[in-house]
Amino acid sequence: MLADIGLMALVTGFLLAVYATAVSAWGGWRNEWRWVESARSATLLAVPFLTISVVVVTYSLYTMDFSLAYVADVSSQAMSPFLRLTALWGGQSGSVLFWAWLMNGFVAAVLWRKWERDHDLMPYFITVAMLTTAFFIGIVVFITNPFARLWHVPGTTELLTAVFQPAGAVAYVARDGSGLNPLLRHFGMIGHPPTTYLGFTGFVIPYAFAISALLSGRSRDDEWIRTSRRWTLVAWIFLSIGLILGGRWAYDVLGWGGFWAWDPVENAMLMPWLTGTAFLHSVMMTEKRGMLKVWSVSLIILTYSLSLFGTFITRTGVISSVHSFSKTALGPVFFVFIGLTFVGSLWLLLRRLDTLKSEHELESFLSRESAFVLQNVLFLAITFVVFLGTVFPLLSELVTGTKITVGPPYFQKATGPLFAVLVLLMGLAPLFAWRKQAAGRLGRAALLPLVGSVLWAAVWGYAHRLHPASYFALWLVAFVVLLIIFEFVKGMQARMKRGENPAAALYHLMGRNRRRYGGCIIHLGVVMIGLGFIGDAYFQQETQMALAQGESLTLGEYTLRFDNLESYPGSDGREVLEATTSLFKNGEFVQTLKPRRDFFVVQRQPMTIPAVYPTPAQDVYVLLVAWEEIGFGASTFRMYLNPLISWTWAGGFVLILGTLVAAWPERQHQAKRSYVLKPERVQPGLLGGD
Amino acid sequence: MFRRRLLLALLTIAASFYAVSLVQAQTVPTDDEVNAIARKLYCPVCPNTPLDVCETQACADWRAQIRDQLADGWSEEQVMAYFVEQYGERVLAEPERSGFNSLVWILPVVAVALGLFVAFQVLRSWRLSDVGLAETAVPVEAAISPETRAKIERELKELV
Repeated sequence: MLADIGLMALVTGFLLAVYATAVSAWGGWRNEWRWVESARSATLLAVPFLTISVVVVTYSLYTMDFSLAYVADVSSQAMSPFLRLTALWGGQSGSVLFWAWLMNGFVAAVLWRKWERDHDLMPYFITVAMLTTAFFIGIVVFITNPFARLWHVPGTTELLTAVFQPAGAVAYVARDGSGLNPLLRHFGMIGHPPTTYLGFTGFVIPYAFAISALLSGRSRDDEWIRTSRRWTLVAWIFLSIGLILGGRWAYDVLGWGGFWAWDPVENAMLMPWLTGTAFLHSVMMTEKRGMLKVWSVSLIILTYSLSLFGTFITRTGVISSVHSFSKTALGPVFFVFIGLTFVGSLWLLLRRLDTLKSEHELESFLSRESAFVLQNVLFLAITFVVFLGTVFPLLSELVTGTKITVGPPYFQKATGPLFAVLVLLMGLAPLFAWRKQAAGRLGRAALLPLVGSVLWAAVWGYAHRLHPASYFALWLVAFVVLLIIFEFVKGMQARMKRGENPAAALYHLMGRNRRRYGGCIIHLGVVMIGLGFIGDAYFQQETQMALAQGESLTLGEYTLRFDNLESYPGSDGREVLEATTSLFKNGEFVQTLKPRRDFFVVQRQPMTIPAVYPTPAQDVYVLLVAWEEIGFGASTFRMYLNPLISWTWAGGFVLILGTLVAAWPERQHQAKRSYVLKPERVQPGLLGGD
Repeated sequence: MFRRRLLLALLTIAASFYAVSLVQAQTVPTDDEVNAIARKLYCPVCPNTPLDVCETQACADWRAQIRDQLADGWSEEQVMAYFVEQYGERVLAEPERSGFNSLVWILPVVAVALGLFVAFQVLRSWRLSDVGLAETAVPVEAAISPETRAKIERELKELV
């Protein structure tokens, strides 16, 4: 009964989305505003209907209505209420529904709040955004319906999944569900998937604005660029949070000692983040200098297509990965949709090239413009490498017929140097002036950080002289951090001379140009995240040994003593085998660590849950690898020293903080000031070449 | 002459084998030695999981096999070659740099070079057009509307 209400609400939502797409296109084409108004109402009305169907699915998962195939698939009696609720996005049907719901929510938010301001773009904005939303709801309705039931044809052993009763079949209610994939039975379930989905779906807004500007010919004006930038920032910060939470989850659950494995799905998420970041930078040039318009539009199209591609990889299992939880008929449909979107958008862009005339003028190769262009080239190059590495196994199998693996070593080698240049640029570029940067002045600004960082890296690198490349990596980080700190100090000093105390000086400095200083904070966050990667790449140490009770294992200055091993039934359908170990640092007791091996009985799947002792310098990360079945007398432990990883998580917070500083909505009178299209720090009287 | 050389060679080989086996008899490979090799290999059955951390029984058996091979005196290259031979190139963490698969290494370099070249050309064209602008110097003036110009001239007159 309840499921029927959910199904009807879902179908109504689908019809409303299709209606909104059609009549907004008609209204825009014929310039009949009442149709556009009607499309807006339909879009807003779709939200409560989809909400009903989301609530019904969630409620069915919670109450374990095992007559529904989806519920029987991802919910089970052994699962905690928390997991049963989050199972909404734990399988294919639910997650695509959740996806469509979020997307509809985003579109409705735009129509609700910005109806007046971006009035002229609205007809085609609704068309583009609701077409995509309708596509996703359509997939939920026709291909992977969460309200499909289980049916049993008497005389056969197989169960059918169908929305309506197949001929000769009787309804089948499973006694218990199989439950979520064990990897997903974790607290992280509340954070990583929803933020990721918000990031992916959020990119539809800037894309729809760009396409509607092209379709309506309003791409001549610049207003839509600003709207696109703001929404990109929203999607971008959610995607960033999703990436960081995903890394944290992997670190806590997957038990390989790291947090980023260049898995296809991680890559699928990284790619739109990379191009989105490139867009957020190129759009500054478009906004402040009227340059790179076509390029910025191309980047939005690319970002959106890549986020669809990400959805495609995540949800279809076309490339083998730890995330491929399902394999269905979604693949071809999605592939066609992505192809049409990408090709159609590019075709439209080419048709409208004349509306995107940019004003290009440059006085020197040494200028902020050049830095931005180089930055964009690097971001695109990294995206290309990641894309190539991700799809290459498929390509290779097609061409040569043999399966190959493109693993982390490839990605590290191929993207490492590019990231290094990018980080360097991240520190230097904010010092550059538009149009032309005097080399001497740049040299003076960078001199102190340069000297400081060389000293810092020499000392630091010598303390960890395991890998020669680490000197360079550490220097780079130190240099960029010092550059950013100096940038703040210089600004604060100028204000403190006028009698402000340091805190007020810092506050007013950031208030005066929030985008600039917010950006600097974001850069600082990125460098901190980079520290974790450097630690992982160069300084990770590990050892593994079988220990009898009371024996110990030493790595670096840490010693691990095996005390005890016990087995007990855990929550969510797992048998837990937990070791008790004592960690000593230079002989002093530090902490008791309890690495575990959870065995999920129904799924017959083991999971290695590490015990971690985190410090700013390094994490001690302990895994229970093997044990003696009888008597628990001896167990094998693996111990990692993961340097600098804590900085990655802290960097995530700094990144969010910086984004908030940069993007917090401004009051009206301030808002106007920041939109003046005026180059910063133009050096007067320098028309012409060098 | 030839016989004596052959005999000598055979004796040397036999002696070296004996020496190696003596050394190995005393050293059982440690877990760390096994993992050092397993880390460079990928589980042939699980998607994208390095052999050193894979939790399945099959992988535990493969690690035991590496241990035995090391105990038998195999070198790292021999173990790797054995796994490639047995389970295909997919067990390697990164593709070999030959044949079609070398493309995965070449294309990024080509892409970066191409990107830098295009960016340089674009930046140069911006600069050139700017120089052109400065030489003619007309557009700057043309941007001022007749009314504004009249106003400026009127005000200039008033000043004088």
